[in-house]
Amino acid sequence: MAIDLDSPRADRPPGTPTPIVVTRDYSTPDRIFRKGVQASGLGVFVLLVAIGSFLAWYGWPAFRTAGWGFFTHSGPVTPGSTSGFGVLASLTGTVEVAFVAMLFGAPVAVCTALFLSEYAPLKTRPSLIAMIDLAAAIPSIIFGLWAFFELQPNVVGFSTWLSRHASFIPFFKVSSPPLNASIFIAGLVVGIMIVPIVASICREVFSLAPAGEREAALALGASRWQMIRTVVLPFARGGMIGAVMLGLGRALEETIAVSIILGGSYKVTTEILQHGGSTISQLIATNFGSGGQLGLHDLLLCGFVLFVLTLIINLAASAIVNRSRSGAGVDL
Amino acid sequence: MTTQTAPEGVLVTTTSASTQTPPAPRPPETGRGPDSGSGSGSGDSSGVAGPPTPPRPRRLPSPIRPSAFGAEDVFLLVASAVSALCLVWIVFYQLTSLSGGLGFLVAWYLTFLALTWLGTAQMIERQVATDRVVGVVVVSAALLVIGIVLFIVVWVAAKAIPTIHWGALFTKDQKSFQVADPHALDHVGILHAIIGTFEQVGLAVLMGVPFAIATAIYLNEVKGFGSRTVRTVVTAMSGTPSVVAGIFIYSMLILTHVLSYSGFAASLALVVILLPSVTRVVEEVLRVVPSGLREASQALGAPEWRTVWSVVLPTARSGVVTAVLLGIARIVGETAPLLFTAFGSQVLNLSPFTHDQGALPLVIWSDVRQAQPVLIDLAFQAAFVLMCLVLILFVLARLFSRPRGRKGGWRRGDNRPAEDDLFARFIVPVPIQERTDP
Repeated sequence: MAIDLDSPRADRPPGTPTPIVVTRDYSTPDRIFRKGVQASGLGVFVLLVAIGSFLAWYGWPAFRTAGWGFFTHSGPVTPGSTSGFGVLASLTGTVEVAFVAMLFGAPVAVCTALFLSEYAPLKTRPSLIAMIDLAAAIPSIIFGLWAFFELQPNVVGFSTWLSRHASFIPFFKVSSPPLNASIFIAGLVVGIMIVPIVASICREVFSLAPAGEREAALALGASRWQMIRTVVLPFARGGMIGAVMLGLGRALEETIAVSIILGGSYKVTTEILQHGGSTISQLIATNFGSGGQLGLHDLLLCGFVLFVLTLIINLAASAIVNRSRSGAGVDL
Repeated sequence: MTTQTAPEGVLVTTTSASTQTPPAPRPPETGRGPDSGSGSGSGDSSGVAGPPTPPRPRRLPSPIRPSAFGAEDVFLLVASAVSALCLVWIVFYQLTSLSGGLGFLVAWYLTFLALTWLGTAQMIERQVATDRVVGVVVVSAALLVIGIVLFIVVWVAAKAIPTIHWGALFTKDQKSFQVADPHALDHVGILHAIIGTFEQVGLAVLMGVPFAIATAIYLNEVKGFGSRTVRTVVTAMSGTPSVVAGIFIYSMLILTHVLSYSGFAASLALVVILLPSVTRVVEEVLRVVPSGLREASQALGAPEWRTVWSVVLPTARSGVVTAVLLGIARIVGETAPLLFTAFGSQVLNLSPFTHDQGALPLVIWSDVRQAQPVLIDLAFQAAFVLMCLVLILFVLARLFSRPRGRKGGWRRGDNRPAEDDLFARFIVPVPIQERTDP
């Protein structure tokens, strides 16, 4: 006779042991454990929502006072006044600093990543990678110190050179020297600071390029650069774009190094070589405590703008990196 | 050695000399067929001379290997560098009266690249030239970054160490500082900042690390309802500007008079920064725990919490320690959030729960903008102490992340060792889908 194993109550020959029924129920400690870690997961979610909503809530009075003029005026709240403040110059300054940073940092980072994944000798590779990772661990205030005392005096000469001989490019025009404490210098520092971020993702996507196709290219007589150009870079394109965007997110938020460098004049300018300029985070960090109650709301509103900006860029970037990482379209 | 076995007719067409003169009888003991290399050279002589001359050793045209790099190539690079230096010096200083060290360096570098390309293209070939110039660019970019990192470390130490009064630095605060006192460093130190930093970071780790580990367990072990959303949220949070973390805690707790300016408020702000990064690294660490261990534990009847507590976490211990150390290294130098929460103080404040508190980054931030040379020296000393802390944490993290029993470089073939992945994940916490490893 057939034994119905599914049902423990089915008739079975005498002497057979009763089958144990395994249920999907969790025991009480397990249920507590699951609820506990789930709560902490939800806690992260709540935290993010709280950041956005608190900043928006306390920034709202400033927006009610300034209206949409908040996005067309510049500068922090000056004591006693209730208008004329806004985020425009800081927003453009943020974008300019990030732009300079990406223009300088992204190629250096991609080259560094290529070096680490393709060129460096296998023996020394871990220590070289450690050096680059160390760049990410150096506090931004120390980068700021270095830039202020060492980089700036050297770059001023370079800026002068650019302004004299390359002023046909509108960005390099200078109408009011001096040339220290400029957006250009701040951008260079931030560019160096984003290198480890961009390089570490790029290195990872480069090393994911399929070995079969690499060897195929080399076997066909390609030089190392031709192999990189035809196999590694196309494979890693999505990851590289995502990496650069993540670096951009970091460049937008950098506070302290930029605040040490920038002079802080709140005027929209495209002349990045000369003294002055501001970014949103620099505005917040250097004007905290001035401007009374309204000034505080203004800074919190600026913080909200920065928060939303970096949130969008980071989510988009990680979506791109994530998609490219799955190795879609590569069959080997 | 395909030429040995190739039929004669094919090879004969390659040399004009052997097509006209009938091939001389080859001595069988050489074992060589008529080949293209010696054909053009010995073809005439074999036609004229009666006794067969022993054929010269075969010389194939040596293949061009872009990766081969000999003394000649080193000479080419050095020659390019020197000639670029001379050229740029003449053009830069003598003809156009430009100035500035950095501008000179940039112009020299670009000229050097151009000359290298031209030289290699002349001597070898254009494709090799491109390959080599790209190699030079790649290597110099990496050297630039590494050089800057090393320079910063050495520079901070060199600026700080000569001015340090070791007796005062770690035992005094800034209370007794007086303007225009040239010997102020004898009785001024950064004890208040060191204590403050240790308390703030310690509290942040106490609060943030269990939270982060629990979240990572939720994401990787429990995988309950909404874990995808939480993973996206963690990623989004890892991009939160540090200044935003500061003003968030300020608006939530200090503006509403729940807390005053205090070290505790600072540590809450640091938790906001610590949490997403540590969560991502720990999740990565848990991911590489072999699932066979989990299944074995469950097959023995262990409940889920027991599996996580006694099997998964102990297996991942070194990775978790690495994550925590890197997390500390990251928040110990954060300045922006402290501006709005700890606020900074010149005097020693042992309690993190009341009143303003100093911190190492805050000392640097406030002192370096003063006109007092003594305070700038003090800022550099604080930077040096901070740098030492970060370096110690970094080295410890490296030591812990290295799997036991393996030293030194990578072996060919293991392209992505796990310990380097951990560091990468820390620098950029990007979500990873299922690995596509073969």
